[in-house]
Amino acid sequence: MNTAFWGTLLLTFKLATVTTVCLLFIGIPIAYLLAYSKRRVKPLFEALVSMPLVLPPTVLGFYLLLAFSPDRNLGEWLFEMFGVSLVFTFPGLVVGSILYSLPFMVQPIQSGFEHLPVQLSEASYTLGKSRWTTLWKVQLPNIKPALLTGLVLSFAHTVGEFGVILMIGGNIPGETRVASIAIYEEVEALNYQMANRYAFVLLAFAFTVLFLVYSINRRVNNIVR
Amino acid sequence: MVRIKLHKELHAATGHMDLQVDLQIPLGSFVAISGPSGGGKTTLLRLIAGLEKPKSGLIKFQEETWLNTENVFSLSPQKRKMGLVFQDYALFPNMTIEKNLVYALSKGQDKAIVSELMKIMELSELAGRYPVNLSGGQQQRVALARALVRKPGLLLLDEPLSALDTAMRSKLQDYILKLHHSFNLTTILVSHDFSEISKMAEKVFWLENGQIIKQGAPAEVFKTSPSATQSELMGTVQEIYTRLGKSKIRVRIGDNLVEVPLPAEQAQLLKINSQVTLQWSATGLHIKKG
Repeated sequence: MNTAFWGTLLLTFKLATVTTVCLLFIGIPIAYLLAYSKRRVKPLFEALVSMPLVLPPTVLGFYLLLAFSPDRNLGEWLFEMFGVSLVFTFPGLVVGSILYSLPFMVQPIQSGFEHLPVQLSEASYTLGKSRWTTLWKVQLPNIKPALLTGLVLSFAHTVGEFGVILMIGGNIPGETRVASIAIYEEVEALNYQMANRYAFVLLAFAFTVLFLVYSINRRVNNIVR
Repeated sequence: MVRIKLHKELHAATGHMDLQVDLQIPLGSFVAISGPSGGGKTTLLRLIAGLEKPKSGLIKFQEETWLNTENVFSLSPQKRKMGLVFQDYALFPNMTIEKNLVYALSKGQDKAIVSELMKIMELSELAGRYPVNLSGGQQQRVALARALVRKPGLLLLDEPLSALDTAMRSKLQDYILKLHHSFNLTTILVSHDFSEISKMAEKVFWLENGQIIKQGAPAEVFKTSPSATQSELMGTVQEIYTRLGKSKIRVRIGDNLVEVPLPAEQAQLLKINSQVTLQWSATGLHIKKG
C-alpha cells in the first residue's frame, strides 16, 4: 500500500517535471512571437493557446483520445514511425499535459516580454547585437519573475490535472495513475484514509508553491523596483 | 558628409503628418534638431538608426549606404555605425555598469576601450554597481559611454539631458563635447533647450510638422523662431467666474494655477477643462482656444 502511495506521487511529480521542461522550450518561442507580432492573425493564435483555460478538460481529452487512437491517422502514423502509442501511456500523458498547461507557461512570459521597455531591446540592436543575443542576454534575464511564474504555475497545474488524464491516460498504476486520479479511485472504493493522504499532500504542495512564487516575486520587485 | 533624405507618413494624435526631410551634415560637425513637440524629431532619429522604416529615402554615411529605398536596400540597426542614446538611458538592469559597456563590445574588439571610456566619463568607481543604484546623471554618463564602445562614426542623442537638473546638464554637455572631439564623431542632438543648442551645436534644423522650415547657426534660427519672439504657455481651464462685470479664468499650467482676466464675451466661449494657450507678446496677453 505504501509503495503504491509513493509510486503514485513519484509518477505525478515526474509527469509535472517532464511537462514543465518541455513547456519551457515550447512556451518561450510562442510567448516571444505573440508578444512582438503585429500580424492580424495574432488573436487567432492567442485564442488557440488560451483555449485550455476555458475548455472542459474532458473535451480536450476526448479529442486527444480520438487523435491518438491507433486506428486513426495520427495515432497510426505515430505508431508506425516511432513505435509509440499515446493512448493510456506516460508519453501520451506528457503530450496531453503540455497542451493543457500551455497557457500557464505562455501567458506570464508573454506578459513579461510585453512589459519590458522596448528601448532595452532597441538599445541592444543599436549596439550591434542580434535578436538571439538580445533574447538571451537582455530580454530573458530581465523577465525572470515571469519565467519563474510560468514554470511554477505549469508545474502545479500539471500536478492538479484530472480530466485530460482520465480520458487519455486511464488509471494504470505506475504508468498513468497520478495523485488526482488516485484520490478519485480511493473515494470510489470508500477508502477515505488513503484519499485523505493524497489530498493533503496536494493541498500542502499547492500552498507551498504559491507562497514561494509570491515571496520570490516580492523580493525581485524590491530589488528591481 | 552624411546625407539623410527621408519621407515617412506619420499618424500622430493631431492627425496625419508627412515627415519629409533632406539634410546634409558635414563629417565631424555637431548639429541639433529642434522644434515643437510632435514635429517628428524622435522619429527622424529612429529612422536614421534603422529602428523604423521610412516610406522612401536615402541615408549615406560617407561612402557607405545605410538605406536606399530605390534599391529596396536597408542596413539593419546592428550594422549601421552609429550609437544611439535614449532619453531614458535604457541601461540593462541585469548588468553592472562595467558589464553594460562590455556587452557593447564587437566580436574580437579590444577590451581596453571599456576602461578608457569609464575613465573619461569618470565611471571607474561605479563599475560594479547596478543601474538602479545610480543617479540620473550617472546613468546618462553610462549610456553615453556604452553608445561609444563600438566606436561609431555617428552619435545620435535623443533629448539626452531633459530629465536632469541644470547643474548636471551643464556638466554633461561638457562631457558630450569632449567625446565629440576626442572620438571624431558626427553628432546629431535632438533638444528643446535653446541654451544647450547654442552652447553645443554649430547648426540647428528647426523641424515643425514634419518639415525643416529653418536651418542655420543657432543664434539666427532662434532669433526668428515664433516661440522666441512671443512666449506661450498651454494649460487647462479650471474655473471661470464673473464678478462685478469682470470675468476671470483660472488656468492650470503644469503644477501652477494662473489667474487671467479676460473680456466676458471671450469667457463665455470657454468651458471647464478646455485647453487654452496663453500668449504674451509686445501687444499684451492673448488667449487662444486649443
